[in-house]
Amino acid sequence: MKDIQSASNVNIVQAPAGFEGPGFFATKLDHVVGLARKNSIWPLPFATSCCGIEFMATMASTYDLARFGSERLSFSPRQADLLMVMGTIAKKMGPVLRQVYEQMAEPRWVLSVGACASSGGIFDSYSVLQGIDHIIPVDVYVPGCPPRPEQILEGVMSIQTLIQNESLRRRNSPEYKQLLASYGIE
Amino acid sequence: MQLKPTIPDDHKQYTTLNLGPTHPATHGIFQNVLTMDGEIIVDSEPTIGYIHRAFEKLAEHKPFYQITPLTDRMNYCSSPINNMGWHMTVEKLIKAELPKRVEYMRVIIMELARISDHLVCNSVIGVDTGAMTGFLYVFQWREDIYEIYEEICGARLTTNIGRIGGFERDFNETAWRKIKKLVNDLPAGLKEFEKLLVRNRIFMDRTIGCGPISAERALNYSFSGPNLRAAGVDYDVRAMNPYSSYEEFEFEIPIGKNGDTYDRFMVREEEMYQSLSIIRQAMEKIEKLQDKTSFHADIPSFYLPPKEDVYNNMEALIYHFKIVMGETDVPKGEVYHCVEGGNGELGFYLMSDGGRQPFRLHFRRPCYIYYQAYREMIKGAFLSDAILTMSSMNVIAGELDA
Amino acid sequence: MNKPSIDQIAEAINEKFGNAILSREEKYDFTVFTIDKSILVSLCKFLYDDERFQFRYLTTACGIHLPDEPKPFAMMYQLHSLVFNVRIRIKAYTTLNDLHFDTLIPIFSAANWMEREAFDFYGIRFNGHPKMTRILNVEDMDYHPMRKEYPVEDRTRYDKDDTMFGREKANFKKLT
Repeated sequence: MKDIQSASNVNIVQAPAGFEGPGFFATKLDHVVGLARKNSIWPLPFATSCCGIEFMATMASTYDLARFGSERLSFSPRQADLLMVMGTIAKKMGPVLRQVYEQMAEPRWVLSVGACASSGGIFDSYSVLQGIDHIIPVDVYVPGCPPRPEQILEGVMSIQTLIQNESLRRRNSPEYKQLLASYGIE
Repeated sequence: MQLKPTIPDDHKQYTTLNLGPTHPATHGIFQNVLTMDGEIIVDSEPTIGYIHRAFEKLAEHKPFYQITPLTDRMNYCSSPINNMGWHMTVEKLIKAELPKRVEYMRVIIMELARISDHLVCNSVIGVDTGAMTGFLYVFQWREDIYEIYEEICGARLTTNIGRIGGFERDFNETAWRKIKKLVNDLPAGLKEFEKLLVRNRIFMDRTIGCGPISAERALNYSFSGPNLRAAGVDYDVRAMNPYSSYEEFEFEIPIGKNGDTYDRFMVREEEMYQSLSIIRQAMEKIEKLQDKTSFHADIPSFYLPPKEDVYNNMEALIYHFKIVMGETDVPKGEVYHCVEGGNGELGFYLMSDGGRQPFRLHFRRPCYIYYQAYREMIKGAFLSDAILTMSSMNVIAGELDA
Repeated sequence: MNKPSIDQIAEAINEKFGNAILSREEKYDFTVFTIDKSILVSLCKFLYDDERFQFRYLTTACGIHLPDEPKPFAMMYQLHSLVFNVRIRIKAYTTLNDLHFDTLIPIFSAANWMEREAFDFYGIRFNGHPKMTRILNVEDMDYHPMRKEYPVEDRTRYDKDDTMFGREKANFKKLT
């Protein structure tokens, strides 16, 4: 009988370091929760311009974002984990983005895709917000104009690393509260 | 089939529903505040400008060759057409003559961009009616088109392809091979996509009669492109004011009857087949030309010389310096040039005062002009029909706001 | 019917409007008629209705600011006769104190947003427009950004070094 494990290319996620015994497995709660969260991110694609079309290519079959657990895109911020801001944010759109961010529940992460979202990009003009980190805190920046789908996937994988290593107490810590206070978000 | 409301008039209560700016079905960010009578839309108030990036003001501060990346980002689904249109405008201003080979190469790139734009629009109409599969099939073909762009200019989406006077490099063997392969394989791919939707009972019921517009109203709203052709008017800039040797090509202009969503879908499908035929003809014409190597016009004051010459030849060094520092003599004047973009007549109105930057550059953006009619098109329709109408009009936010 | 030549069109409008047609120039492949702004609507109506010309398509309309001219603000309209494939351009100039034009909405519905864009960018108002408000910029912006005296860059950036990048110093005279 063939060894089933070696016959397929599917890898099961590696279990975190821990102590195993008959019928039990002891590890840190942070690790287990991080593992579960990182492989089931529900992104909110906030696609405004050209980077949105590259995101559509990332979601399509060749670059498939769904392999990372993001099969279900949530367009409602109340049900989303990751806010992916893709494209130029104009000053008119700033308050809308802020409102969407505030409606998301903790824990939430922000991925800024593209040069325009990270820093205003090539549009140094009176109507473009020069980077979304003027109004919301950002976790990972993906540069590019537009970034290739592989770069967007690398951004998502960086977010996964952040999620895996995040402490469960981070969102209640004074540093995080100070970060939010600096943006004026309660 | 339109349901007649049975509530007497004095019992009516209208609700207000906000559609956008962040909404999964509006492809791009624009807002519509709808006044609704139950499910039927009575009126709507659009708000745009959520991605206004001040292209026209930025263009007044950039030299001519730096405006090409700006034009990319207007209609980003078919950016080569925007780039070529801008280059042709500047060539009209400086009265440059292009070799035939360059013009045929430009035709190939523009038609590839048109196919790429129509593929997005039609697959997204499918997604909005609930058919996600078509989208996944079609994006594989878009990846093939992206690979062709990458061979030629290095970028996938916002291509900055070509230069004033031609192309930056000749198409290499791989690019020609990929173009031939695409032209051979795409018709089968389109048939596969069409089998899902074109004679599908559900799709036809959803889209026939959805968001119609008559030819007179469409002309009054200055529609152009596939939206106008679906209403029955055969206005195509490639046929009426041909540019880049389009007068030597034979192609048909598909038109619809009612101007509804089904007609717009079918006009775009048919245009893709016509674009493939044009690409085949262009490749045959290039084979027959005597000139096998030129890929740019002979305008040393605007087209950068090759780097080897810059380091070894005095004249080339001076031209390089003048172009990059903006010391070339640009004629004064005003010129308007239009091309057939993915959405219609894309026009560039350029006023030059002899300096290195344009004095005034106005983009005639087809999306901005025909989106005004959306309010009229959805009066009395259901909400889901309004969503379908918007996606079938192919409203691209970058072009809407500029 | 035959395609009208530009001379025929020029003759017909000179006959009807006389002195209000200030000049006619040939710019590359377009004929540009500079007119007095008072006859704008009647000229467009005449060109729309006349069966010999049938200019029933408004290609585009935009505002222009020429700060060194005696009449610095202009509106440019391009009309297209689809039946005969003829295009013309019409320009009308005005001063800062009289920044009003008549709206073309009764003839071309497409002029609606084109005029709002001209108002947003230059402050040109249109008499009879149903909704004369800003369209692309934020509602509470208090200046008209495309005028030549205003800079393009964002004024809130603190990281770009003005000496290195050669940006203009903020010279923000707010005109109404």
